[in-house]
Amino acid sequence: MNLTLLLLGLVILASSAMALSLRNIVRSVLLLVLSWFGIAAFYLWAGAEFAAFAQALVYGGAVSMVVLFAVLLTGRSHSDAEVPPPPKGRLVWALVAGGAAAGIIAATAIRTPFAAATNGVPSLPVRDLGLLLMGPQLAALLVTGALLTAALLGAVVIAAGTKDDKEGAP
Amino acid sequence: MLGTGILKGLAVTARNLTGSFHDPARFTTTQYPEERTVLPDNYRNFPFLVSDDEKDPMGTLRCVACQICEKECPPQCIYIEKSKDKKPDANGKMQIYPAIFDIDISVCMSCQICVEVCPFEAIKMDHEFEIATSNRFNPLLLNREQLAKPNTYFHRIRPTEAAEVDARLDAERKAAEEKAAAAAAAAAAKASQAAAAAKAPPPAAPAKVPSPATLEAQAKPAAERPDSSAGGIKTQA
Amino acid sequence: MSAGVFEMDSWLERLPITARDLLTGYLPDPWRWIAQSVIAIVVILGVFGTLFAFLTLAERKILGRIQNRPGPNRVGWAGILQPFADAIKMLTKEDIVPRTADPVLHYLAPVALVSFSLLSLAVIPYGRHLVPLDLDSGVLYFFAASASSELSVFMAGWAGRNKYALLAAMRALAQLISYELPLLLSVVPVVMIAGTLSPSGIVAAQSGWRIGIIPHWNIVTPWGFAGFAIFMVAALAEANRSPFDLPEAESELIAGHLTEYSGFKYALFFMAEYFAMIALSGMAVTLFLGGWQAPFEVLQFIPSYAWFAIKLLALLLGFIWIRATLPRLRIDQLMRLAWKFMVPLALINLVTVAFWHLSAGWATGAQPLRWALALALVAVPFVLIGRRLTSGLAPRIYRYAAP
Repeated sequence: MNLTLLLLGLVILASSAMALSLRNIVRSVLLLVLSWFGIAAFYLWAGAEFAAFAQALVYGGAVSMVVLFAVLLTGRSHSDAEVPPPPKGRLVWALVAGGAAAGIIAATAIRTPFAAATNGVPSLPVRDLGLLLMGPQLAALLVTGALLTAALLGAVVIAAGTKDDKEGAP
Repeated sequence: MLGTGILKGLAVTARNLTGSFHDPARFTTTQYPEERTVLPDNYRNFPFLVSDDEKDPMGTLRCVACQICEKECPPQCIYIEKSKDKKPDANGKMQIYPAIFDIDISVCMSCQICVEVCPFEAIKMDHEFEIATSNRFNPLLLNREQLAKPNTYFHRIRPTEAAEVDARLDAERKAAEEKAAAAAAAAAAKASQAAAAAKAPPPAAPAKVPSPATLEAQAKPAAERPDSSAGGIKTQA
Repeated sequence: MSAGVFEMDSWLERLPITARDLLTGYLPDPWRWIAQSVIAIVVILGVFGTLFAFLTLAERKILGRIQNRPGPNRVGWAGILQPFADAIKMLTKEDIVPRTADPVLHYLAPVALVSFSLLSLAVIPYGRHLVPLDLDSGVLYFFAASASSELSVFMAGWAGRNKYALLAAMRALAQLISYELPLLLSVVPVVMIAGTLSPSGIVAAQSGWRIGIIPHWNIVTPWGFAGFAIFMVAALAEANRSPFDLPEAESELIAGHLTEYSGFKYALFFMAEYFAMIALSGMAVTLFLGGWQAPFEVLQFIPSYAWFAIKLLALLLGFIWIRATLPRLRIDQLMRLAWKFMVPLALINLVTVAFWHLSAGWATGAQPLRWALALALVAVPFVLIGRRLTSGLAPRIYRYAAP
């Protein structure tokens, strides 16, 4: 197996696992961000430059902010960042469920005959990516755009407050 | 329109930037210590003692150790010890002088009260501010030798005030000398009158005669003493 | 290799890559690529590190001259050794880590910030042959790197266990993410017209001159000028630079999110701010000012990296000029500026550039109409939105004070 892929997978999985298990919530958020950067590195390894940089920009630059603000604005002080450990029974059930899911996925992946790559890593220039998005994949793009616009408008409406609030000076 | 104020502000700063290279009004920094600002006359820092003659600073101090400044000083930073002997001042009158005159400038607050109360124009405020020392005790206690500065220095740092002080002192000394001359003339007239009166009666009272003569002898040297450049006493002769 | 200096690809132009090939030409293939990359990294660090040092000095001296005083002029002739004195001071200061602080995050925050700022310098084309990393989606890489550096602002505020630093960090983060949007939206028109996300492609799309003296730079077009203005304002805010330097103002709760930092780590934060400023200026030169292209056709004998340096320095001096002129914006004022003024203008700029692109094929007689329409599309919303936002904030009328 490719050494780079092995290392990348190790980094992603280890940081996600630590993110799930740490008690300090801010540290686990930062480890989750590290796993997102790991996924971006994986995209780079796979030759998808655009996806890699988009992943870094969107996840590392924006979604991380959302998660951090959510954690901080709902917590109150540094001591509130500590999450109490879950009961032991939950751990057992989590291991059982996770192990079952991992087993099913691994079995399916091993049994599927994947086509071997014939001519190296396919790399799509950004121009062709744009033409694909605006051509055959336009429906998906429009639906995603509409969804994001609706979310943005909803956020603006919620942030602007109710009609009773006196609107401050511009 | 939005943004015109910002553009005007940018123009102002650009004019300042280019002007600072050729226009002295737009570069007002005095590069100390290579350049010094000219201190205004009224600038005051710590006091100094005025002496009339540069060549004999200790002998010609105007201070007569009256200790008024010592008593009036609010933080009590002046220490004076009177001398045991007397020496003649600028008018020839025998005055005591300060044997010790110490000012502790770590205490002095430059309030100028000592200058205001001195009857002899002996202590004035100095312009000297570069007096930092590396030891906070002894070097900040200025003694008589360090405090004495000549009247020419006083003229250099405060020309108008020094000229005014000199004029006043000269006027007073002239008034004193005129009064002394008038008193001497009156005494001489009285003496000649007494001599003439003494010659007429029999020489039975020769003892009276020497007293007018000694008075005359004393009054003459005082009237004939040459004028000194400054100094004198305010009190009537 | 051309012989003369007056040709486009002269020896002066090729001097850097000639030097690089001299140093690494004898190495076998994988090692040569590694050695060339190492040389590129060292050169970038050296050049931009020195630029950072003398930029701090230039800033202090120019600010001083604008404020009717000399800047630092004691260390060396006219103060030229001042940056080294500052470096020595920063290095010898005690590095205080609060006892209850998070040591990993406290250490990591300035390191991450400087790393991401330096990473963004890798895709800027500094000269005709001087792109360290010629990526197909270089513009996206650049903004990904500068967006990731916002995380370290949060880490800095959190790590000190100081609730005021945390509040200030959140305020700084709000400023940074608010101005991401105008920044990226003002770049989209450039990408639309150039048809590529690659910075060297964008520079190549701005080549050529009309009658030899009017370059085809994006800034000479109406949408390009608007985009440049929006980009510059957003870059000022992204680099935490006056008038948007609320996070690091001296009145800002000691030092905002940098309160718990001292010594070299503090210096690293400021180094990162300057690197971000330099990187954003470099990207502005690439996107709007034609990159390394000469402004007039006859001036092409000056090498391309020299032109890039001249333009970069002009933009940086503009930053310093703005810092000396404008007062600081309050947090609500700058948020309002971002969301209510710059985002609508950037969106309208997209419409303008779409019109420009679609009307590129108009006859030469209709070209003035195209320009007039584009100018109207840029200027009218600016005036209208500006008027609406500043209504009620007219110049103050003093009722009692004498005029």
